Amino acid sequence: MSELAIELQGIDKSFGLVHANRNINLKVRKGTIHGIIGENGAGKSTLMSILYGFYQADHGDILVDGRKADIRDPNAAIAAGIGMVHQHFMLVENFTVLENIMLGAEESQILNAGITKARAELKRLEKEYALEVDPDAVIEELPVGIQQRVEILKALYRRADILILDEPTGVLTPAEADHLFRILEQLKAEGKTVLLITHKLREIMAITDEVSVMRRGEMVATRTTKETSVEELAELMVGRRVLLRVEKGEAKPADVKLSVKNLTVRDSRGVTMVDDVSFDIRAGEIVGIAGVAGNGQSELLEAISGIRRAKSGTVLLNGKPIDVTGHADPAELRKRGLAHVPEDRHHVGLVLKFEESENAILGYHDDPKYRKGMLLDIDAIRADAEEKIAAYDIRPPNPRLKTANFSGGNQQKIVLAREMERDPDVLVIGQPTRGVDVGAIEFIHRRIIEMRDQGKAVLLVSVELDEIRALSDRILVMFAGRVVGERTPDASEGELGLLMAGVEGRKEAAE
Amino acid sequence: MDFFQVFIELAQSTVRLSTPLILAALAGLFTERAGVFDIGLEGKMLGAAFAAGCVAYISQSVMMGLFAAVLVSVLLSLVHGYASITQRGSQIVSGVAINFVVAGSTVILGEAWFRQGGRTPALTEDGRFGRITLPFADAVREVPILGPLYSGLLSGHSPLTYLAFLMVPASWWILYRTRFGLRLRAVGENPGAVDTAGISVIWLRYRAVICCGILCGIAGAYLSLAANAGFTKGMTAGKGYIALAALIFAKWRPKNILFACLLFGFLDAFAIRYQGYAFPLIGRVPVQFMQALPYILTVILLAGFIGKAIPPKAGGVPYVKER
Repeated sequence: MSELAIELQGIDKSFGLVHANRNINLKVRKGTIHGIIGENGAGKSTLMSILYGFYQADHGDILVDGRKADIRDPNAAIAAGIGMVHQHFMLVENFTVLENIMLGAEESQILNAGITKARAELKRLEKEYALEVDPDAVIEELPVGIQQRVEILKALYRRADILILDEPTGVLTPAEADHLFRILEQLKAEGKTVLLITHKLREIMAITDEVSVMRRGEMVATRTTKETSVEELAELMVGRRVLLRVEKGEAKPADVKLSVKNLTVRDSRGVTMVDDVSFDIRAGEIVGIAGVAGNGQSELLEAISGIRRAKSGTVLLNGKPIDVTGHADPAELRKRGLAHVPEDRHHVGLVLKFEESENAILGYHDDPKYRKGMLLDIDAIRADAEEKIAAYDIRPPNPRLKTANFSGGNQQKIVLAREMERDPDVLVIGQPTRGVDVGAIEFIHRRIIEMRDQGKAVLLVSVELDEIRALSDRILVMFAGRVVGERTPDASEGELGLLMAGVEGRKEAAE
Repeated sequence: MDFFQVFIELAQSTVRLSTPLILAALAGLFTERAGVFDIGLEGKMLGAAFAAGCVAYISQSVMMGLFAAVLVSVLLSLVHGYASITQRGSQIVSGVAINFVVAGSTVILGEAWFRQGGRTPALTEDGRFGRITLPFADAVREVPILGPLYSGLLSGHSPLTYLAFLMVPASWWILYRTRFGLRLRAVGENPGAVDTAGISVIWLRYRAVICCGILCGIAGAYLSLAANAGFTKGMTAGKGYIALAALIFAKWRPKNILFACLLFGFLDAFAIRYQGYAFPLIGRVPVQFMQALPYILTVILLAGFIGKAIPPKAGGVPYVKER
């Protein structure tokens, strides 16, 4: 018996020219929750995929329970007692929970024999770890939090002693994340070892016993969580001092730039997602919309930016109406001074297969300055892209690189540069820092505040409550499609949390 | 001729014409459920029919003919598998290529070997599948209603026809009640889930493709050894595509496949029987219209009546471990 559940010795891995992991050493003690933190692209996921046998290291050894383990595929990892919950769940969506859990561990050629046994075992695990799920529910009908629970059960069903979780909270609501942490505590109490990969400092501080920091493919430090601080970890991750709290002066609100009145929006199934919402945004202020994902924020943004047709209501941009219930043309809106940074940059904001410079003009490609008669003026476009790359510190600074090859933070900067540099009157921005690393978050927050100080009206939607509180001058809370309250940024997290959960809002509406 | 007699005859030929469709659609079911789309059912069936015709003629053995059909079809499937699973090529291009290669090479080889304009020589009774007469079929023939149903409709088909109909519940059982089936359906939806569960995606998909080859081979053998007495050029005449349409129409489910194929078989039987017949009110319906009807029906019904057919999620996409 060894003290260590996992020991990595000199792990090295390259993909072509990219050196993803350099000489990594790591010791994970048994029965602890060990965090691995680093910016996107620091090599955390690669390292864990090597541990799970998804990739093979070029050099180095893996020791499990003090013995050298030859993990050449996931089978070997499972046999060594390692289970993994992937960032993108590895579940078959139209299968039941039970089928997903059995897949690959069926025990016999004919299913019937194993099903009863699997059902009993699942019941036992559910009891032992307080992980209730309905074994006959179909995955695609379950909320993501429960889907994640199925992934954990899958690993436990295969008798995993060491559980790797890759960015587990990225898809969860704050309440679901809290629940996950309770599950992890429970697992630890049962003697399991948990490896938690994340780029969120708060999670590390909240739940881990020890934390290792990765930066650019290297393991730069390991700390006992109690003896470190958020500031120290952020500095280790980024390699320089980071301001976690944005500094901003008093807002100086002027004229109303965007006015939303009685806006109602239904989704494609006909469900009312935005229900009679009204608010104004003035020049020189940031209005933040807080809420748990799926409470109508996305549909609100889409209706205002002309992507989704509203059922009823009016929206005035600079005092003139937008045809939100008819054919609001996003190109037209852009010309009228409304810039939109969509929530989902991969599907709406960018064409990932395009070059950086092509994405940098997307939607503005009609501008005469990018044209030479009928043709695009490629030289002008690239020169323009290079300017933006310099101004927004987009890395690598290559306008001809395929956009998919940039990290999340840099992709987001491409979108921001495109929308902000147009000098809009109103900036509508959704999830500005989703999947963006700490260093870039600081930069993006500073830019948003600069926009405000230049007298733009900013509508900010984010599921990160910290972000909303740090940036907004006024906070509107949405719940079930309605604005259930307005608060100042000094409002406590608890107060806003209750509003977001719909508890306070009902009371207020009743009064 | 009385109405009941017409019904029995139409039903009888519906069963015969549905047989290759059922086999080919089930073949497509196995590979497409595993995430490998196969537009090459037509080519595999044609190649199998040709191999069956040649070998059955030379060996004078129907079983040798069947074996050759399955062998050729499985080999063609492996080519498709190599291109689309191992080399991660386009499944559509590979399937179309197989269709073209087979359509051309069967004629060339047939002409070179037998010099009968691309046909294989007519088979004698030994080289063909006979008809199975069910017990007491003759004895009960005179019993009203049930007699003709039993001896006219259920009895008197080729063994491959009975096999085809048995393959429907068998395929259901394999797909939904065995470990292989569970994994096969999983790999067509989310190969990542299969890979992380420690199962080889590639080997699993190859096995699915081989299942497809076996069933397509039997379908081809049925055409040249049971429905006809030898191979004629282009004898599949689009049945592979009809089977694909039936597969989509059936939303990739075994039971629905049976009904879809029977429906398309019936349309075919109806078209043949009433070729040139003047219907009251409508008049004569062009035979081309009847031939196009299965496709038209698929489009119309899919568009509005039976709801969306959702293909296996990972279908058509080669599996690459994500970075």
